Amino acid sequence: MELQLNEAERAFQRAARAWLEEQLNGPYKDLQGRGASGDQDSYIEERIAWGKAMGAAGWNCIGWPKEFGGRGCSIKEEAIFNEEYVRANGPGNVGHIGETLLGPTLIHFGSPEQQQRFLPPIVSGDEIWCQGYSEPGAGSDLANVQTKATLAGDEWIIEGQKIWTSGAQYSDWCFVLCRTDPEAPKHRGISYILVPMKQDGIEVRPIKQMGGSAEFAEVFFDGAKAQKDHVVGGVNNGWKVAMGTLAFERGASTLGQQYLFKQEFEQVVEAAKKSGAAKDPIIRQRLAHAWIGLKVMRVNALRMLEHQGADLNREALISKLYWSNWHRDLGKLAMDILGPEAEILHGAPYELTRMQKWYLFARADTIYAGSNQIQRNIIGERGLGLPKEPR
Amino acid sequence: MDFSFSEQQDELRRAARRFLQSESSEARVRSAMETEQGYDSRVWEQLSEELAWTALTIPEAYDGLGMSYLDLHPVMEEMGRALLCSPFFATICLGANVLLVGGNEAQKEQHLSAIAAGKTTATLAYAEKGRENGADAIRATYEHAGDGYVLRGDKRYVIDGHTADLIFVAARSEHSRGIEGVSVFAVPANTRGVTRTWTPSMDQTRKLAAITLDRVVVPAGALIGEEGRGWELCERTLDLARIALAAEQVGAAEMCLDMSVEYAKVRKQFGRPIGSFQAIKHKCADMLTMVESARSAAFYASAVAGQGEVDLGEVASSAKAFCSDTFFHCAAENIQIHGGIGFTWEHPAHLYLKRAKASEVLLGEPSFHRERVAMRMGL
Repeated sequence: MELQLNEAERAFQRAARAWLEEQLNGPYKDLQGRGASGDQDSYIEERIAWGKAMGAAGWNCIGWPKEFGGRGCSIKEEAIFNEEYVRANGPGNVGHIGETLLGPTLIHFGSPEQQQRFLPPIVSGDEIWCQGYSEPGAGSDLANVQTKATLAGDEWIIEGQKIWTSGAQYSDWCFVLCRTDPEAPKHRGISYILVPMKQDGIEVRPIKQMGGSAEFAEVFFDGAKAQKDHVVGGVNNGWKVAMGTLAFERGASTLGQQYLFKQEFEQVVEAAKKSGAAKDPIIRQRLAHAWIGLKVMRVNALRMLEHQGADLNREALISKLYWSNWHRDLGKLAMDILGPEAEILHGAPYELTRMQKWYLFARADTIYAGSNQIQRNIIGERGLGLPKEPR
Repeated sequence: MDFSFSEQQDELRRAARRFLQSESSEARVRSAMETEQGYDSRVWEQLSEELAWTALTIPEAYDGLGMSYLDLHPVMEEMGRALLCSPFFATICLGANVLLVGGNEAQKEQHLSAIAAGKTTATLAYAEKGRENGADAIRATYEHAGDGYVLRGDKRYVIDGHTADLIFVAARSEHSRGIEGVSVFAVPANTRGVTRTWTPSMDQTRKLAAITLDRVVVPAGALIGEEGRGWELCERTLDLARIALAAEQVGAAEMCLDMSVEYAKVRKQFGRPIGSFQAIKHKCADMLTMVESARSAAFYASAVAGQGEVDLGEVASSAKAFCSDTFFHCAAENIQIHGGIGFTWEHPAHLYLKRAKASEVLLGEPSFHRERVAMRMGL
């Protein structure tokens, strides 16, 4: 079950495969498979170097328009690259927040000066970005952000706290949703501000998750400074910009992600055969159900990728809810298949096996980037036209 | 493979929806389902003669249109959506497929043109009393007698078996077991010794019959395919039918979703539309997620149905399992969302719930199909 590729797309695929194989079997050999779910805080320096190497070879931001330093690739080509990347066991990409969230936002809402200042270092891999959205009191209710930015001369002074910021520890910049008009209704007093991370007014505290690793962090702003003209899309217009960012997710990463899921699934099947669980009729039913679910996920993705140009379509709307539930269920099935062996760690003090890592991390899949409940609201309201919650 | 419907397939869908909105409205469904025949002969004429649906998948050599199985998919979805009461599924997805998979030239010539024109209805009689879905379901027997064969047995759950003109019967040689010794015969319904009895069923929109074969004598030319190799023929035919049924389930499930969403927008409680409550909204979101995913499963199966290199059993079972679960889930949620009115006779929601369960247990329930997939995964 493959994407239909034309000659140019096949050539593109061959070029991507050749480059990735050469690099990941050569200078970046140690990075193979590192930085995946549950392992996202490993090999940071090396992965930043890897991002620069990708940039130098022209593999970052390939879907961006050419005038902004991209290659103007179609979503199909992006999906091809993503799949090749995972197939080659490429490491977790530290540049993906800049490439997939901030970049498209600047291309759409940024001023020419902002575009010239910020886009090239994302393409080259020289500047790493993180996202300052969630707060302790603003999770699903994102518009409730309380982090405050006040203009003082030529600078914004920022006070407050963000949480669940992936990669804050090593990022150079953060796009931060700040309240800039406390008097306005909550959706109208927010601004989208670009804040340098390496300054005195910012403190990053990693959050250790249930798996023991720390890919998220809390970020404390205590008199942090940002340039006056680094507001994207206009002062007090940040909610619109933030919501626009969500719409830029084109689903290019789905095929690569599914390749990963397939590898995990195959490990689970192997474990079932080895442990004898594969003889249990209920385990057989669950494994078949998961396998059918994975194939359906793939057709969903291929349908979505061929459904270009249309507005956010139904296949795209359901994607996150579908894959996160599938992945969470697979993790649980894996542990059920292992039986008591599921409990035994790789080592002390708390070194998890690969399967244990994604079993635990999958509990976050249904929460981050829009929890299942928020996804269902979006599907209901945008996909089905159901009335909104009273607010 | 393209992963979207073609412009032509979209047009087929639109035409089908227009036709069925009037000819298979709720009132028309209710009047057809209350008859023993189970369908409106006039509608059957229209869909075979004017719309040529019966000719869609029949090759041009037999006066058909020679279109693909994927072209049939949108039409099946629409039939499911409208709960069309019709011998279409039995005739085309079972009967015609038996001939297309296993028939010889003479048999195809004899029957396919008439099927394409809507003059002959047909069905497959393979199951017998009980819940077996594999070859063990077949206990009816055949033996050689002169140049022909004699059939004996009791077939059940034969779709439109009491009205079909032509019945394909799966029987086994005496003392054979499992997939060995099964053969399929074309038996005209008016053959001496064939007794057909309508068995009223909970889902009134698709009729089932019992067929008794009491020393039924058929000529040598009635044997379809090779003697003793009939299970392969049955299985491939059943897989093709399962794929079409899966498409039908998608359309029906989507109708349940649409009914729910429509109702959730207008029904007010506590001073606001119930669709603004997450309890209802999230149910609808889950239904959409399942419907679109089920469409992917059935679409893929329909698309590969015409390609020999893919294991049809796995894709058919995957689609049938997934789409059965989806349709039943949506039909049940539709009733829950409608509240009291949803479980009345007057409201159409029960018609979908009943069709959902009937099609779920027809041609193998989901657990049977998941086990079949598990076998193919090497488990």
